[in-house]
Amino acid sequence: MDKLSFLLAASGVLFTLGLVGVMVRRNALIMLMCMELMLNAVVLSLVAFASHHGAPDGAVLAFLIFVVATAEIAIAIPIVMLLARQRQTLDVQSWDALKG
Amino acid sequence: MSLVDILIGFFTVSAIGGGVVMLLARHPMRVALALIATMLSLAGVYALVGLHAVAVFQVFIYVGAVMVFMVYVIMLLDIGDRRALHRYGRVLWPAIAAGGVLVLVLGHLGWRAGASLPPASAGNEGTFLVQPFSAAFLANWWLAFELASVVLLVAVLGAIAVIQGSRRHDG
Repeated sequence: MDKLSFLLAASGVLFTLGLVGVMVRRNALIMLMCMELMLNAVVLSLVAFASHHGAPDGAVLAFLIFVVATAEIAIAIPIVMLLARQRQTLDVQSWDALKG
Repeated sequence: MSLVDILIGFFTVSAIGGGVVMLLARHPMRVALALIATMLSLAGVYALVGLHAVAVFQVFIYVGAVMVFMVYVIMLLDIGDRRALHRYGRVLWPAIAAGGVLVLVLGHLGWRAGASLPPASAGNEGTFLVQPFSAAFLANWWLAFELASVVLLVAVLGAIAVIQGSRRHDG
């Protein structure tokens, strides 16, 4: 079995699991962690391509995704803590005021 | 099938298992532990396909910094709210159906892309050592590197602005 095909299919499965998690879970922190899972799936596909082609560019892009994920967590956690302090809950369905 | 291939398969299956546990577990701390297991398994995969630097930074940055931060926040926000322990929202079945379609499409595309590319070039063992990696990083990707520093600066400023705004709101 081809290693690249296997890793790319696994990356698609992990991305789908993260996306379904963001859609169905109700806890804001769990939704954030599912987004991290989606980023990890993208890094896995980059690493698979980099290893297949033997070029370091995919590894560099994986590093840049690490930086973006760190920045995302640094800005998302204060927002979640602020919302949790206002409503005393982490349930996203109590923050549906924008739905109209 | 060599030992490396078997280990890659094992770590990949354990990463996907961690992702499934993330969807099923009820408490945020169990979800965080499942995500940590997934990330460590993926680091194993990266090391086994030869990208040792990415594997090391996956453990250092993701597990060591991001997830430790996340676990601290989960412990800090341990508010005894029964609603937060409801697992799923109202779109559970549509989301599962859409996820089933997406996994078929992505899996098929990934499988076909992997099969259509030419086979791996042999003799690239030295490509991912630190020296050629750093040379490629700062020769070809210096603009992205500088932009990443700007992104981090903006994130820090944004976090400070959120905290300051909440203080003014409270006071």
